[in-house]
Amino acid sequence: MNMTNYTPGNHPDLPPPAGTVGPMHWLRSNLFSSPANIIVTLIVLWVLYKLLPPMVDWFFLDSVLTGNNRKECAAQGDGACWAFIAERFKLFVYGYYPEHLRWRIDLTVVLLAVAIAAVLWDRFPARKYGFYYALAFPFIAAWLLVGGAGLEPVPTSDFGGVMLTLVVGVTGIAFSLPLGILLALGRQSELPVIRIFCVTFIEFIRGVPLITLLFIASTMLSYFLPPGTTFDLLMRVLIMVVLFSAAYLAEVIRGGLQALPQGQKEAAEALGLNYWQSVRFIILPQALKISIPGIVNTFIGLYKDTTLVSIIQLMDPIGIGKQSLASSEWFGLSTEVYLFVAIFFFISCFGMSRYSLYLENKLNTEHKH
Amino acid sequence: MTSNTTSSNRISKLWNDKDSRSVILQIVSFAIILGFFAFVINNAVINMAEQGKDINFTFLFDTASYDINQTLIAYDSRSTHFMAGLVGLLNTLLIAVLGIILATILGFILGVMRLSNNWLTQKLAYVYIEYMRNVPVLLHILLIYGVIVHSMPKTKQAFNFNDTFFLSNRGLMSPTGTFETGMWVVLGTFVVGILFSFWFRAYAKRRQDSTGKTYPVNLITFGAVIVAPVLIYFVIGSPITWEVPALKGFNFKGGMVIRPEFIALLFALALYTAAFIGEIVRGGILAISHGQTEASYALGMKPSRTLSLVVIPQALRVIIPPLTSQYLNLTKNSSLAIAIGYMDITATIGGISLNQTGREMESFAIVLTIYLILSLVISSIMNWYNNRIKLVSR
Repeated sequence: MNMTNYTPGNHPDLPPPAGTVGPMHWLRSNLFSSPANIIVTLIVLWVLYKLLPPMVDWFFLDSVLTGNNRKECAAQGDGACWAFIAERFKLFVYGYYPEHLRWRIDLTVVLLAVAIAAVLWDRFPARKYGFYYALAFPFIAAWLLVGGAGLEPVPTSDFGGVMLTLVVGVTGIAFSLPLGILLALGRQSELPVIRIFCVTFIEFIRGVPLITLLFIASTMLSYFLPPGTTFDLLMRVLIMVVLFSAAYLAEVIRGGLQALPQGQKEAAEALGLNYWQSVRFIILPQALKISIPGIVNTFIGLYKDTTLVSIIQLMDPIGIGKQSLASSEWFGLSTEVYLFVAIFFFISCFGMSRYSLYLENKLNTEHKH
Repeated sequence: MTSNTTSSNRISKLWNDKDSRSVILQIVSFAIILGFFAFVINNAVINMAEQGKDINFTFLFDTASYDINQTLIAYDSRSTHFMAGLVGLLNTLLIAVLGIILATILGFILGVMRLSNNWLTQKLAYVYIEYMRNVPVLLHILLIYGVIVHSMPKTKQAFNFNDTFFLSNRGLMSPTGTFETGMWVVLGTFVVGILFSFWFRAYAKRRQDSTGKTYPVNLITFGAVIVAPVLIYFVIGSPITWEVPALKGFNFKGGMVIRPEFIALLFALALYTAAFIGEIVRGGILAISHGQTEASYALGMKPSRTLSLVVIPQALRVIIPPLTSQYLNLTKNSSLAIAIGYMDITATIGGISLNQTGREMESFAIVLTIYLILSLVISSIMNWYNNRIKLVSR
């Protein structure tokens, strides 16, 4: 028997009692803590047992990676026919953009990555110029993608796939934020005419589905233009998407504006700042900071809503998918196609929402009460 | 020279004075807005005159001459565009109402699962919510529709549920019931039960306020609304004749078919919106400080009464406003029906009727007005409810 004597205060730390640590304890407290809990755990396990193996089989184990049509796929296994996706992969990424010009898309994506880094990464070198670059990026990108002025022009009807999603999404995000801020300020304005106009606009846009606005863009927007002018379909869609998401952003930013104490504005006035100065230096920096999570959520919503352009016959990934499904060799493989597109959207949207969460936490620490 | 300075002085005075400046700004912005609309409308008038079109709603009473695959009211291809629009509107409403009910139930379950102390349940709800929220709803619709149409068995090998429901790639065949006269008695009992339970609730509350005595209100409501009509239904002798579908040759005879478009749209919208509602419910419950629960226990309330009288009423105040916007989203997203050919208002008036008559302006005016009215109705109902449950400060 160990009879060591310890001087008081020098007793070595003992291991925690058995049963309060380790996997067994974790299982007991998280899965089997009460009879009801045990029943729930067993039911969930049974459901997973019934659901997961067939899904894994279909997705991985029985799936087919090579083949030229559906029959060849079916001959090799009864799982997913990924050969279809493999064959059309480039189409899903670049759409019908001319093959010898696809370097321009690649270059645009690189430039986009730099612009995003300049906006989001606070240790970006020479960040101030980075911001200016990010502001100029949409125009550089438009020149690169559409061509003209020295580059071989590409009609926007050739745009498609993930590239089109990015074009619509990034344009929507870049242009709807300033417009949304203006609308939110207008809604809070003391001038009735401006306020009423902004409220009507915001409530109208928020009251109707995006798809009806896109139909308007595709069928009847040209009526409202001066006679004889024609307007690119993609351009019309972009305008509608920007207006749509600006109305939603305006409401999010209004929340931020309303959360600011009245004293902030009064203090700015007392310092002799005029309206735009107080908005720029006092109101907006605080209001935008509060509304960042909401803004990112609206952006995610906008990004997901870009899929609706497939309904008015634009070739986004869903449009490409629909068209591929119409070919007789691959008829009926809709699950594979849409699951593939779903995974793409999941990765990008999940990434954005994680970033928003990180930003929220980072900004929160400065305000801990 | 002097007159020049005074006049510029006067202008700068006008500009520096807050009231006159706001008047100037408003007149200018009003003129710009008016000018813009005048320009746009003028363009439209010229363009439409060039194509020989006018604004005229009489096309609504012309024959539609197209078929609609799911109609809640009598409709055939000889009916008018107006009737087609009405059928579309009812289909939109059907999806919206059923979707909202389904999404709310599922959403509350998900919200509670996210807060469960069972690790497996919590993570399952988390994975589900993240998957649903981060994939566009259009993809959910197309995926579910594709699974039904391409992966379900053909009519002959339909999944058979107890010889009453059959699931195949043509949809879900289900029985239809025809009411006999006795059924009106059952329905009457049901209505009386609802009215009675409203009165009884008010009465029980008044009595509790004055004497402190309570009734088992929920039990009595359940008895009046559910048990009594069911009892009478069987006492009278089941006055509904059920017509069960049966496989005859290549197709089912009898009963009715719930079309794959309807199933796909309903489930996609409900499952998608439920994920958002789940997060809202979770946030609402977490927003109630733990002190409320502890105080309620300290007063000697049972956990069930703590939940129903302390936590949920307060959580609802946080939950209702974002829930309203989810209901609005679901209703607006129902317009995606057009992607799979479910004939809602966008697909009838804003789709086929528009293409047949070429009346874009009128059709879109109708469709947009209907969606605006729907949005207005949903938000007023929810605002009314929100006002009823909000904190009364004296």
